Amino acid sequence: MDLEVGESEIHSVIGPNGAGKSTLAYLLMGIGGYSPEEGSVYFNNEDITQFTITQRSKRGITLAWQEPARFEGLTVYDYLSIGAGGVGKVSENTLRHALEMVDLSPDKYLYREVSEALSGGERKRIEMASILTMKPKLVILDEPDSGIDFVSLKDIVALIQDLKKNGSSVLVITHRKEIALASDKASLMCDGMIVKTGSPAEINDFFMKKCKPCDVETYDLKGE
Amino acid sequence: MILRGNERVDIIKFDASKEFTAIEDAYKRSGGDPSVLKMADVSSLVVSGNKILSANQTEGVVLEKKSTESGVDIVLTIKKGHNIPNPIHLCFGILPKEGVQQINVTMIAEEDSSVELIAHCTFPNSEHVIHKMDGKIIIQKNASLTYNETHFHGEKGGVEVIPKAKITIEEGGRYYTGFALVTGRVGLLDFDYEVDAGKDSICELNAKVYGKGDDKIFIKEKVFLNGENARSVIKSRVAISDNAVAEFTGVTEGHAPYARGHVDCVEVVQGNAIAKAVPIVMVDNPLAKVTHEAAIGSVDKKQVDTLCARGLEENEAVDAIVKGMLK
Repeated sequence: MDLEVGESEIHSVIGPNGAGKSTLAYLLMGIGGYSPEEGSVYFNNEDITQFTITQRSKRGITLAWQEPARFEGLTVYDYLSIGAGGVGKVSENTLRHALEMVDLSPDKYLYREVSEALSGGERKRIEMASILTMKPKLVILDEPDSGIDFVSLKDIVALIQDLKKNGSSVLVITHRKEIALASDKASLMCDGMIVKTGSPAEINDFFMKKCKPCDVETYDLKGE
Repeated sequence: MILRGNERVDIIKFDASKEFTAIEDAYKRSGGDPSVLKMADVSSLVVSGNKILSANQTEGVVLEKKSTESGVDIVLTIKKGHNIPNPIHLCFGILPKEGVQQINVTMIAEEDSSVELIAHCTFPNSEHVIHKMDGKIIIQKNASLTYNETHFHGEKGGVEVIPKAKITIEEGGRYYTGFALVTGRVGLLDFDYEVDAGKDSICELNAKVYGKGDDKIFIKEKVFLNGENARSVIKSRVAISDNAVAEFTGVTEGHAPYARGHVDCVEVVQGNAIAKAVPIVMVDNPLAKVTHEAAIGSVDKKQVDTLCARGLEENEAVDAIVKGMLK
């Protein structure tokens, strides 16, 4: 596959379940067990294919998981601080502001544990707050809309656009048209391949016309 | 002094006039606030080896203490109906490299009383130190006793910590305890608590231990839910690395109607360390229910990957996760 995400670009990857979207996210982040069989991953013209997760994150790449991890004993304060460079490296006000940005009350959440005591939706918002405090160059968001109890998808779209305004490029994996259409570019993925890249409207149109009902067995959608 | 085999061991080697300051300093390094040991409205007891360096009792607290050849005998009573406003602070330690400290303690929370105890045990210079505690704790009807014990050990690992306690909780009583040994080397820990839980009582046992080097950790916690509607949780968190070994045995038996118990053990293993968990649950009353969960293994990969994606090196991520678990 060929996939390129430009500077300060929001790039959506859409496609059916099992297309390999999350695998792509892990591969880009260097998560163990996922590496390309062929080809390379470049970031700012540097070949990072063999880099560890930490080496990638230190260059400004990060990933927000579809199902965020739980941490017994680690508070939201600790977790956000780690993303922001370490405990004490960032002011409490900055962390509080990040929580407010994801609609969580700082007074209620800042010193709570990122554990099973929080709902999946709350952990997902904290994951987004962590990304905001980290200020990465490239954010990979794996289905930021799944399991979240935001009243409107507009909130998520607004957060993604805030990331862009702060200078981050965003690769967002999503099933939601609302998020895809708010992107600068979109790619359709099917059966482990990027089928088409273009404007969100173009990809949405292509998807609606050619991918319904989705039948990956026929491979009709590979290439133009 | 005492004899251990053919070896003579000095129990106290430090100048007594400086000893209180030294133990205060060790207490501070173990996370305690030494100023509370001098407050008139805080009950406290400071014991170094077999020397009672200071003691204070407040209204509602009766503190009887007697120095013995190798330690101290203590009887602590919380009088009926008294709610002790400030936690009682206990400080035990051995400052020399070698020594034995045998603490025999009886704690009685009389009917309708309430108290919190904070104990700090410090062995900062230990090379061959034995710290034993034989405890008897009685929580009378509708009384509440919280006992948190934190250990501070040196880095040489020459400590044997052997706390044993039998706890009786009478009707409506509440007992919460926390044991933490996460600073310095463990040495040998042989922890054995047994609880007889009466009608409508609540019991919570928490233990957190971090073993390194060739530390050996044995934790046995037993709760017998003998009274109707008695409730208990045994929660253990152990992290071990290098060549340390840990064995956790959590026993809960439900013998009465509507008794509810749970055993929860997590052991994180790194390096060549070996961990074993033995949850034993038994019920002989059809209306009682006891559950257990145990997880042993390396640190969760997803947790590590998440923190690495936030900029931590893998070893830093593991450290943060383990410290969190033991916090």
